[in-house]
Amino acid sequence: MIDVMYFAWVRERIGLPRETVETTATTVAELVEELKAREERYAMAFSDISALRVAVDQELTDFDAPLARAREVAFFPPMTGG
Amino acid sequence: MDIRVQEGPFAQGEELDAFAKGRPDVGAVVSFTGLVRDLAPDPMKHMEIEHYPGMTERAITTIAEEAQQRWSLADVLVIHRYGRLRPGDTIMMVATASRHRADAFAAAEFLMDYLKSRAPFWKKEVTGDDAEWVAAKDEDEAALDRWTPRD
Repeated sequence: MIDVMYFAWVRERIGLPRETVETTATTVAELVEELKAREERYAMAFSDISALRVAVDQELTDFDAPLARAREVAFFPPMTGG
Repeated sequence: MDIRVQEGPFAQGEELDAFAKGRPDVGAVVSFTGLVRDLAPDPMKHMEIEHYPGMTERAITTIAEEAQQRWSLADVLVIHRYGRLRPGDTIMMVATASRHRADAFAAAEFLMDYLKSRAPFWKKEVTGDDAEWVAAKDEDEAALDRWTPRD
């Protein structure tokens, strides 16, 4: 079980801010493939992952990062702080 | 180090006075304040800033710690707001205190460059009937390159 969070337009496209996901994925990329296979709205949100960023347990990382012992994965567009 | 992520407004003058006060070892305080600007063709009604509670504070703290390692700083202040803001409102401020101005200036620029593209905030501009997420700029990402040490 892993908490998956979505922010900004990713949240809007998927239609919810967070959900708990039962997964066997061992990397972020595998989790993305599982989510894309679920429904069209996920497939759309993840259609171009070069436009997305990912954080595992609140640390920015890459899509090939391992999910071992991860509790929280977040997907979002490039940040626009400041 | 003082890192604050908050919805409500802050008084930049008072914050800066308090930050600079009572530091006989400090000869320079540099500050930057970011405001909501309205350059869209349609007048902006408001800006909505979303963030990632928990990660936001961690990311800003990491950036501030990195600044403290790179430069000789007596203190760092970062205040960043989220929620609904209007044109002219203050979004955020950073301040750095140091013995000499060179460190304070460089560290403030470093903090701003990293806050722009490494702190989990997302801005949305709401105009008449439209709302649009602000896109990250290539130049913001490129701005980080100058802080990367070259071999």
